[in-house]
Amino acid sequence: MLSRLKRASVENELLYLFLHSRVAQLAALISVLMMGAAALAAFVAPSNPYDLASFDLLDSLLPPSYMDGGDARFLIGTDDQGRDLLSAILYGTRLSLTVGLLSVAFASILGVTLGLMAGYLGGRFDTIVMRIADVQLSLPAILTALLIDGIARGILPQQRHDDLMLVVLTVAIGLSLWVNFARTARASTFVEKNKEYVQATQIMGMHPLRIMFVQILPNILGPIMVILTVDLAVAILLEATLSFLGVGVPPNQPSLGTLIRIGTEYLFSGEWWIVIFPSLTLVVLIVAVNVLGDFLRDALNPKLR
Amino acid sequence: MDKLLSVNNLSVMIPTRFGDFLAVDSINLDVKEGQIHGLVGESGAGKSTIGAAIIGLLETPAFVSSGTIKLLGQSLTELDNQTLEGLRGRRISMIFQDPQTSLNPLLSISDQLVETIRQHRSMSRDEARKAAIELLEETGINNAAQRIDDYPHQFSGGMRQRVVIALALCTEPALIIADEPTTALDVSVQKQILKLIRDLAKQRGVGVILITHDIGVIAEITDEVTVLRYGRVVEHGKTPKVLGSPDETYTQQLMAAVPRLDKRLDRFVNIASDDHRIDGNTAWQVKGANDQHASQWLLNNPTSQSVPAADQTELSTSDSSTSVLQVQNLSVTYDAKRSWFGKKTGFQALNDISFDIKPGEVLGVVGESGSGKSTLAKAIAGLVPVSQGAMWFNGTNLPDAAQRARTHPARRQIQMVFQDPYSSLNNRRTVEAILTESLRFYGLADKGAPSRKLVASMLELVEMPQRAMLKYPHQFSGGQRQRIAIARALMARPDFLICDEPTSALDVSIQAQILNLLKELQKNLGLTIVFISHNLAVVRQMADTVMVLRNGEHVESGLNEDFFTNPAADYSQQLLRESPSLELLLTD
Amino acid sequence: MLAFISRRLLQSVFVMLAVSLIAFTLFRFVGDPVAQMVGQETSVADQERIRDSLGLNDPITTQFVSFVSDLITGNFGFSYRTRQPISEMILSRMPATIELGIVSLLISLLIGVPAGIYTALHRGGAIANTILVTTLIGISIPTFVIGIFLIFIFGVQLGWLPTFGRGDVVTIGWWQTNFLTIDGWRSLLLPALTLGVYQLTLTMRLVRSEMQDVMKTDFIKFARARGINRHSIHYNHALRNTMVPVITIIGLQFGGVIAFSIVTESVFQWPGMGLLFLDSIRYVDIPVMSVYLVLIALMFVVINLIVDLLYAVIDPRVRTGATH
Repeated sequence: MLSRLKRASVENELLYLFLHSRVAQLAALISVLMMGAAALAAFVAPSNPYDLASFDLLDSLLPPSYMDGGDARFLIGTDDQGRDLLSAILYGTRLSLTVGLLSVAFASILGVTLGLMAGYLGGRFDTIVMRIADVQLSLPAILTALLIDGIARGILPQQRHDDLMLVVLTVAIGLSLWVNFARTARASTFVEKNKEYVQATQIMGMHPLRIMFVQILPNILGPIMVILTVDLAVAILLEATLSFLGVGVPPNQPSLGTLIRIGTEYLFSGEWWIVIFPSLTLVVLIVAVNVLGDFLRDALNPKLR
Repeated sequence: MDKLLSVNNLSVMIPTRFGDFLAVDSINLDVKEGQIHGLVGESGAGKSTIGAAIIGLLETPAFVSSGTIKLLGQSLTELDNQTLEGLRGRRISMIFQDPQTSLNPLLSISDQLVETIRQHRSMSRDEARKAAIELLEETGINNAAQRIDDYPHQFSGGMRQRVVIALALCTEPALIIADEPTTALDVSVQKQILKLIRDLAKQRGVGVILITHDIGVIAEITDEVTVLRYGRVVEHGKTPKVLGSPDETYTQQLMAAVPRLDKRLDRFVNIASDDHRIDGNTAWQVKGANDQHASQWLLNNPTSQSVPAADQTELSTSDSSTSVLQVQNLSVTYDAKRSWFGKKTGFQALNDISFDIKPGEVLGVVGESGSGKSTLAKAIAGLVPVSQGAMWFNGTNLPDAAQRARTHPARRQIQMVFQDPYSSLNNRRTVEAILTESLRFYGLADKGAPSRKLVASMLELVEMPQRAMLKYPHQFSGGQRQRIAIARALMARPDFLICDEPTSALDVSIQAQILNLLKELQKNLGLTIVFISHNLAVVRQMADTVMVLRNGEHVESGLNEDFFTNPAADYSQQLLRESPSLELLLTD
Repeated sequence: MLAFISRRLLQSVFVMLAVSLIAFTLFRFVGDPVAQMVGQETSVADQERIRDSLGLNDPITTQFVSFVSDLITGNFGFSYRTRQPISEMILSRMPATIELGIVSLLISLLIGVPAGIYTALHRGGAIANTILVTTLIGISIPTFVIGIFLIFIFGVQLGWLPTFGRGDVVTIGWWQTNFLTIDGWRSLLLPALTLGVYQLTLTMRLVRSEMQDVMKTDFIKFARARGINRHSIHYNHALRNTMVPVITIIGLQFGGVIAFSIVTESVFQWPGMGLLFLDSIRYVDIPVMSVYLVLIALMFVVINLIVDLLYAVIDPRVRTGATH
């Protein structure tokens, strides 16, 4: 009935909705600011929290500078080792975002490839991939990540394990998230596969790989974008959780989760800032990413419009 | 007869971000008791919106911006929501298009009927159930006393629509709005459902507003008809008068575009002009590109008769040399997916089909849903494997999907035009990329200028502006997309075209244009075509020979004229009888 | 119907076998089991004897079969770290986790489902929007941060509630329960809330989106056109159809509860299975890890089977064995 109306492409539609959503714009702004600050941590941070020589135990547990006993050098206080909390948070955010982005990239490449192939080829390949996904689903993400981390500890000697911690963490989180991508890609591919433009290329005798990755893939990017955003939030959350549990990043390179874990020990003795500021940073980051994910989901879901 | 419903100056506004959109523009409408009033129009005519406005179920943000709706003297537009809700069902009810989706799958028929009856009439559960059974019997459900406890999925499509009608009637409304009530059904079922609606309207004195795009349906059962276009009334009056000798140009064009069963026309004349000159900008031209260039290129197809020596297997039959495609004892069995029972059951989609097609011939394949006509197209095109039988193409064996190499010449020589122009073009590629694909793939033209010139010329050939190549499919209407889809098929320089319901997703005037285009291309280029359709009248207009399929079996084959004037098989006669026809109304 | 269930059973057995295989691979190939059991000073010959008596020199398939049959008979082996039988360790920890899980799941369902229905039916309303924004923040706060905030507010600042351990428990047979003492309930409150909030927001958002989809279907429009009253449309027609997908997710959420119980137990030092698992990872106590893995998968599979049975109760298409 609306055929007489102007027809807009998906991209234009997205842009329009974005320009009319204050919330989405704010979330995008916060995400970009935080990512920028994290990326430039080495330049904007007052000190280097990884350099043990640069901080002094005499400065430990100082409250934020605006409070009694605060020190002007440390805007939001210091931790138990005299580390400037602001610097630690900036570096920690950088680490959290790096692990989050890398693991989501890993999960999406693995998941989309498998899901696309399972959906297009069907048959035995599909059955095998989906059975593996079933098994994976019966193990919640955090459990999978913990397990992979545990295996890595068992296989690798302690020293190597600390060196490879970030890789292990990325793989652990990535492997626990691929199923989401695979299922989404598979479901969308099922729909696309039965569309006639795909049949037209099949009649031509186009190579299946080309049909999958050149013809179909661009058409299923919408739902994958949504999962990408939502899972970035999940990955950041998982990394923080693992670090909080003490099985994540090495302690000399604190991520947000590590900072919070350290902070909980001082929660009862009144040094609340060590736990509150990293927690707030983490929550704001995840909220911003989730808001964007929500926006994308609603914008790309024609049923809701 | 009393005036049941009177609609005065009704306008419906839909606010959108491109501005307010007047979906219905001051229309007037009267319905009397026992009368069936048809609302007919092409997509965008606003006919469904009128129905939704009358029953008060407009979807937000649409709203009635002016006018009055009076039912039995009571003004509906002035009522508050609560009172209107009370009237809904009790005074007005509605029948939706798709019986598959309009019943709640988790509630039994009796649950849904009894609840509806008790909502509006003070009856005990048992009384309501008794009334429900009677009603189901009246709407033609056999064994209603037992079947009432079944769930929707246990009924066939036609039976479900009878249940839907029973549900709409069980509150004894004065007015029923039927929105495309038979569009999702096969011809034979459609006929029965229409007859049921007609009988019920007469016996019970219910007024019916029948919304449809199908002029055949209008001709079949309506007493009066209102023709709509762009939300406005074009013409209104007694059905025989409006359809038989329309006053307005649009109605005349509409009638001229309806394919006829009684005789074959060379082309449709006097049909509405297309809106295909997008942007009105025809100045944009590729140098040297024109439709002549495209048709010359297609006609000088050097490979069209060449046959790879390796694949040659002599046919025993004598006339093989003159057939383009010969199909022998073809059967296709689908390995059905595992059912809930875990059993694997094969589904025989085609059984022992044989035919052959001469060069330049158009074979029309006709059948209802489940007849196997689309499976036949897919088998020839190499999309589904064949379980038995053989196919011969240009005198050589044509392997099935499982055997046909990706480099097999038939992959280029056989091309297909699909039913749904909204799904047959890749939305993420420009029209140029879509059309260049086969040139590049088969190495038919050099990259750059020669390709570009061919693409532009081919667009001209299908009567599209050359500029269209710069755009994406979503920027075009259904008819324009179908033209692009035809151009895409032609870009492969095919000898043989399979058209699978190429016009059934299109409005009737667009259908006439596409059929004209196909006829012209076929005549000028000498294409051999398999033309598949459920619509007998369309096949009547397109085909040289006709083949009827039913449940995967061959029923009858014959020349167009012979078949339509004197069908041999009982099933063919029945099909022809049940097809909606305008003969009664047309005077010439 | 019977065939449907039996096929699901078969699938479950497959999943369990696959998980057992992972657990077995873990147990057998990650580190050397014998080296873990004996001290540095044990001779090579002695190690070989132990290896033989444990069946570690048998063909791999034989080892796997005996591993699985041990699991089935409840013979879970011994922990490397504490040298205790794993079955005892798990049995003593299980009640704590199950009670925590049940209470938080109840919180999530009893609040999440009604809130989801409300926001779906009052789309755009002020209360609905507030709830929505709150839940978006809800799913964005990591479980452990929620726990810390709750501890900070109710434990540190207000001092109302205990912040670690189970408090007073009553022992019935081998089962220690929190449910029978006031102190038990007080101790349970914060962990259960922490664990429940995340699941609650998930439940709510899911119920909302499914309900919105159902409200747009033809059969709901038809029901409205027939004048069926609003209450029945919402709670009889729409809710029933919403429940089909929601049940699946609630099944999956049970897994979420178990997974995040690890985190919650760590924050509140709640002596459950999650804490046990976390210790086993920290100290590379492989046998405990692999048994925990198998048990979690078993729980999942059983819950999924229950979900399938519920399907059959709700959906006549499953019950009567229709091909969709």
